[in-house]
Amino acid sequence: MPLIDISDLHVRFGPVHAVRGVSLAVDEGEAFGIVGESGSGKSTVLRAICGLAPTSAGSIRIDGQTLTAPRPPAFYRRAQMVFQDPYASLHPRHTVDKVLSEPLAIHGFTDREARVERALNDVGLGQGFRFRFPHQLSGGQRQRVAVARALILEPKILLLDEPTSALDASIQAEVLNLLDRLRSERGLTYVLVSHDLAVVAHMCERLIVMQHGQTVEELTRAELQAHHAAQDYTRNLLAASEGFTRAAP
Amino acid sequence: MSTREWLLTEQPGSRRQARMGQTYRTWLAFRRNRLAMVGLGIVLALVLVALLAPWLAPQDPIVGGSLRTERLLAPSWQHPMGTDDQARDILSRIIHGSRITLLVVALVAVIATPIGLLVGTTAGYYGGWVDTVLMRITDIFLAFPRLILALAFVAALGPGIENAIIAIAITSWPPYARLARAETLTIRTADHIDAIRLQGAHSARIIWGHVVPLCLSSVIVRVTLDMAGIILTAAGLGFLGLGAQPPQPEWGAMIAGGRRFILDHWWVATMPGLAIFVVSLGFNFLGDGLRDVLDPKAHK
Repeated sequence: MPLIDISDLHVRFGPVHAVRGVSLAVDEGEAFGIVGESGSGKSTVLRAICGLAPTSAGSIRIDGQTLTAPRPPAFYRRAQMVFQDPYASLHPRHTVDKVLSEPLAIHGFTDREARVERALNDVGLGQGFRFRFPHQLSGGQRQRVAVARALILEPKILLLDEPTSALDASIQAEVLNLLDRLRSERGLTYVLVSHDLAVVAHMCERLIVMQHGQTVEELTRAELQAHHAAQDYTRNLLAASEGFTRAAP
Repeated sequence: MSTREWLLTEQPGSRRQARMGQTYRTWLAFRRNRLAMVGLGIVLALVLVALLAPWLAPQDPIVGGSLRTERLLAPSWQHPMGTDDQARDILSRIIHGSRITLLVVALVAVIATPIGLLVGTTAGYYGGWVDTVLMRITDIFLAFPRLILALAFVAALGPGIENAIIAIAITSWPPYARLARAETLTIRTADHIDAIRLQGAHSARIIWGHVVPLCLSSVIVRVTLDMAGIILTAAGLGFLGLGAQPPQPEWGAMIAGGRRFILDHWWVATMPGLAIFVVSLGFNFLGDGLRDVLDPKAHK
């Protein structure tokens, strides 16, 4: 049985039909990619899973249980999200310590000090960062804090919404390696949204390509790397990711 | 390690050090603004004068001297601001009057700011019908002119400085509510609010711990800038005889008392007028300086 099972998901924001009948299944321990251009509804699928976007039709099941709205508190200990922009996803007036200890306070953990220290070490930030404010951190350090926050409740599922697209190329690799390491250490399940095919090919075993709120096709990593795409849209996307090539004269 | 280095370190070792360092940085930014420092000086002077009024005032503010020989004396070394028609030293009355002014300012700030913040952030955060109901109530309060509502209050409760303060506070929170709501509308869609929602936080925790701290600075700036208006309203009520009652040395009431001899004995109305002017100006400078420091949007 797949860990995450989405069938025929529709999301409407008023007159805008953002997601039109997307189905996907993610097994435990797998990294699953969702690729598409801006406005294709890929982020909305993630937000629908964690309850930030309304589900207008279809169902989302985790471990065979259909999710209800609003999500029960236990849900947030199973699935967490990392946002795209680390400059917007940390509260500007809260120290790293406050950011990390608040979820623990909400869920009634008692050994907060030890957990905060461990979480900082796990994402490669030392204790020297613990009482800094976000404006005292670089983009990559902020995203590490965001990853630490997502993992501090020890979830099994991590939803990654373009976690590296706001970062410099060199720092992108650092954060991707961190995510890779954490997944293998903890057996996490990832759903990664990105417009960057290279990132998805690096991280994910399987992926779907989305356009206009619908699934265009589903590929495995091998198919992606061998450019075995069945649909024109995917082939264009692959060609675009190769970069600009001059047409033969 | 010097205190300054301890405060400005990039690697604070404790919550307290991080918080104090942040406060110190704000202070450093504030100190660069000369007008703001002037404003802070005036406001601190007001507080000091109010605290030390019985020791600073050269004479009794309520019981005057000889009504035959000491009425309406021009400013002199003995009476630096002259005397009024009851032969009372005007300087002493102004010094004691600073207590009433400070009371008005402090109570209005303490009553109106939390109401405005709470109504505004709640309306902005929930949206929908909560927003509609709260904002229409705010509109109703905004529709009352301050002085007229104060008149109604005073008619119902009797004249006095306390009722004037209540009336001013009740009519001054709606602008803060609107400001807080506007700020909340931009904050509530931020990723960090979504993030804390995903940690399972309840609305009360999000509003109090995450939205209010971000609205607070612009509301504080607005309250400080409004202080001048609040002092003037209190003085206006005093002038109309509805605020502080004689013989209380309230600045507005003192101007009203001096109105009758404004042509022959100018100092009786001018001196309290100057006091109102200086304190209002001080609050405006302070508010402008705070806006530069606290409001991140004003920087660019």
